[in-house]
Amino acid sequence: MEFKLTIMAKFGRGKGRGTPKISTASLPDIIFILLFFFMVVTVMKDSELKVEVNYPYATELQKLEKKSLVSYIYIGVPAQRFRKKYGSAPRIQLNDSFKEVKDLKLFLEQEKSKLREQERGLMTASIRADKDVTMGIVTDVKTELRKIGQLKVNYSSKPRTDDL
Amino acid sequence: MARRESPEVNAGSMADIAFLLLIFFLVTTTIDVDKGITVKLPPWSDEPPPEMKLNERNVYSVLVNANDELLVRGQPMRPGDLRENTKNFIANPRKMPNMAETPKKAIISLKNDRGTSYEAYIRVYNELKAAYRELWDDAADVQYGRTYDELELEEKRTLRADIPLVISEAEPTSFGEEK
Repeated sequence: MEFKLTIMAKFGRGKGRGTPKISTASLPDIIFILLFFFMVVTVMKDSELKVEVNYPYATELQKLEKKSLVSYIYIGVPAQRFRKKYGSAPRIQLNDSFKEVKDLKLFLEQEKSKLREQERGLMTASIRADKDVTMGIVTDVKTELRKIGQLKVNYSSKPRTDDL
Repeated sequence: MARRESPEVNAGSMADIAFLLLIFFLVTTTIDVDKGITVKLPPWSDEPPPEMKLNERNVYSVLVNANDELLVRGQPMRPGDLRENTKNFIANPRKMPNMAETPKKAIISLKNDRGTSYEAYIRVYNELKAAYRELWDDAADVQYGRTYDELELEEKRTLRADIPLVISEAEPTSFGEEK
């Protein structure tokens, strides 16, 4: 009698009940699968942008395949909230902090050490510079990269659709 | 002991929680499409580069000043015309004496000013790279009937051996104002 009662509790009142409701218990499972998919496929934004960067436009674009092999060098004017402290001249941001050209060497060595031996030669430096930055600072960065031996470079840009 | 009915968990709200988590994830992560112009920088050497006897006709000088104006081989030019002009120089289909002897010998020399905007630099560099890419596509079409991207690595190498991408960047001048 007891056993029957518990079953009843789960399946609703016995006969006379119409078509059973569609169980929505599996819906969250579907969502979780999607969630795990996203967790695997994407990468957490490793650094908050402290400089303003509007990418220039280009057509000869190549995708940087493996995110793990890319180190980012941001160049731009500091964001509003940092302007008081850091001024409004373009600056370099590496990972999460404002840095100078001379800090590039250490930064890239640190990034390299995170990779496996055979991957180190494949590392690319992604220069994410704002389009209004002048070539002075960019050339300094490039010269420093050449001195360090980081020759694989990618200038981040957005695709351009119209003609010049 | 009174029998308690096991409470039914409403599975519907589980889905809401899962949706929230998903949206959180979508917002905080980036499938940041990382695209850009790939460049291989020349290795650094403290010594000055060896003096090479370059034939003037094989050198295509591109200058960009602090006003983002383009000067190609001494003549002002609009960025829109750069691609065609560069292709014409390298391929030299009409065998002009003041243009490259062969595509193999063509050298593009690019010089900016420290005050040139990055936007202008990328615009120019893009056009130069595009000129080469179009020449490679044409050659790939003639030799293999496909576009350059569709070729095998070895085939690409052979093509590039005939039409090497040589863009030599000089130290920028400092006439303009740096920001």
